[in-house]
Amino acid sequence: MHSKRADKHTWRKVKSGLASTVAFISALLVIAPLGLVFFHLLVNGASSVNWDFFTKLPTPVGAPGGGMVNAIVGSLELLALAATIGIPVGVLGGVYLGEYGSARVNSVLRFIADVLNGVPSITWGVVVYGLIVLRFKGFSAYAGGLALGLIMIPLIIRTTEEVVLLVPNGYREAALALGVSRWKTIVHVVMKTASKGIITGILLALARVGGETAPLLFTAFGNRFWNHSLSQPIAALPLQIFTYAISPYDDWHRQAWAGALVLVTGIFCVNVVVRILTRGRTASLV
Amino acid sequence: MEIAIRPAVAPDDSQSVARAMAPPSRFGDKAFEWLTLVMALTVVVLVILLGWELWRGSSLAVRNFGFHFLTTSNWDPVAERFGALPFIYGTVVSSLIALLIAVPLSIATAAYLTELAPLWIRQPLVSLIEMLAAIPSVILGLWGIFVMIPWLRDYPFPLLKRLFGWTPFFTGPIYGPSMLAGGIIIAIMILPIITSVSREILRSVPNLQREAAYALGATRWEATRIAVLSYAKKGLFGAVILGLGRALGETMAVTMVIGNTPQIAASLFKPGYTLASVIANEFTEATTDMYLQALFEIGLVLFGITILANLLAQILLQTMSTASATRAVQ
Repeated sequence: MHSKRADKHTWRKVKSGLASTVAFISALLVIAPLGLVFFHLLVNGASSVNWDFFTKLPTPVGAPGGGMVNAIVGSLELLALAATIGIPVGVLGGVYLGEYGSARVNSVLRFIADVLNGVPSITWGVVVYGLIVLRFKGFSAYAGGLALGLIMIPLIIRTTEEVVLLVPNGYREAALALGVSRWKTIVHVVMKTASKGIITGILLALARVGGETAPLLFTAFGNRFWNHSLSQPIAALPLQIFTYAISPYDDWHRQAWAGALVLVTGIFCVNVVVRILTRGRTASLV
Repeated sequence: MEIAIRPAVAPDDSQSVARAMAPPSRFGDKAFEWLTLVMALTVVVLVILLGWELWRGSSLAVRNFGFHFLTTSNWDPVAERFGALPFIYGTVVSSLIALLIAVPLSIATAAYLTELAPLWIRQPLVSLIEMLAAIPSVILGLWGIFVMIPWLRDYPFPLLKRLFGWTPFFTGPIYGPSMLAGGIIIAIMILPIITSVSREILRSVPNLQREAAYALGATRWEATRIAVLSYAKKGLFGAVILGLGRALGETMAVTMVIGNTPQIAASLFKPGYTLASVIANEFTEATTDMYLQALFEIGLVLFGITILANLLAQILLQTMSTASATRAVQ
């Protein structure tokens, strides 16, 4: 009788161990693509990332060499345009959710922002096409920047709100007790205290839209040469990677791998910076 | 976190004394509140803008094709006949394949991260999963074309054909680009989001649940299954639906591996096409107004179903978090 019970106990323990092992293997499978993608990016891309890649324009089909400098600069221009729309709207909107507004209104706005974050990025491309490209009869850097900027808004609103809510109420009360007006309290005390977190959210949003291709396909459109005016089509790194990847030419495939390696490195650098920033925040705020 | 504390009033400056005594300006307060309110309201404007612009852009096609747009499968831009059924089919099937693969893996990983794993391993794993989420879709697609598809074609697909060739799902020639490849790449794209949302849900399960299970002599797995996973069922379902929403709208990576052929075929080795992919591929080629209208209507359909999925997910996630919050208080 006793041994039977002991057996059952051991079996339960074995089962627990098995479940942990299965869960561990699942976790390995989840992160396996990360390792594989990285490995192949290095193997296929590293040899083509050289000085030319960062300084030369793409060459025509068949001519080896060349680079993607126009796409790298184009991506940065698009990000700058997106930032001028996304950052002010997102940060101030997030401040409203964190500082003002009734619980009811805020929960509705938060809900809508979360739903917006789930809208497929290609939808933004279609809508900006209808709004800008059709109206002004041409693909342009403005249209691409607008598409990316609109995607950034709900992202930044949510992260800003979260960090603003982390600022202890004592800070606000102290400032208000000194006779500082509400808005100055928010700008100079609350937002300053939360600045690291706000910047973190902005950087993450930039990293996210920096890798977006779908909203640029028919807004920024891409360009094999330098863009001379923001009302003209402009190249972007993800777009160029896409065009080269689905082309039938080996030279272009190599360039696509190199571009992908550069893009991923950029995005991961931002993520590392964010991690360093948030480490400081968790120490001082939470 | 230093806040500069300056004396509010310089002792020998009578003017600043007067200024400090005056009530803080109401105008600045009002203006700032209104400014931030307007910025916050942009999310409402954006939702309306998306819906309105898609509706406006497709109104002719909606009037012209009516409900047939969704139920016919003839996509012929030259003859101006547009039926979106193959794209709806492709979107649904590829997303279901993705969920079938991603859901068990993600929830097991989330349970591992919150309940089963040794403490030191948790944070590094979370960071790696965040990094996977940061990989752009187009790069995963590039990897899919040149690494995943050749591998699938050489090893897993023939094996599947040998084992399950008697079912209609794994028959016919193996090309590589296929519905199954599309489903797998979407699965990789949605693994991180389902995992991290599920992890948040499991973390919000009150410790009382676990303690009660352990006090009754449960093993670690029993506590996880009985006290944590079943408690969090609703929230986990929300996480899955959220993943579904992302899967339905996933564009670049799918476009690069699914084969882009509008057909409805039982075999998962056959190429397919999704709503998002057809927009990505054909939008700039749309030469006639009606063609463009049809593509806008596809965008409208895609927007509609992803909005529905996201609404459902948010509602499920919200009831979960409020339920756990109130229960934690009691």
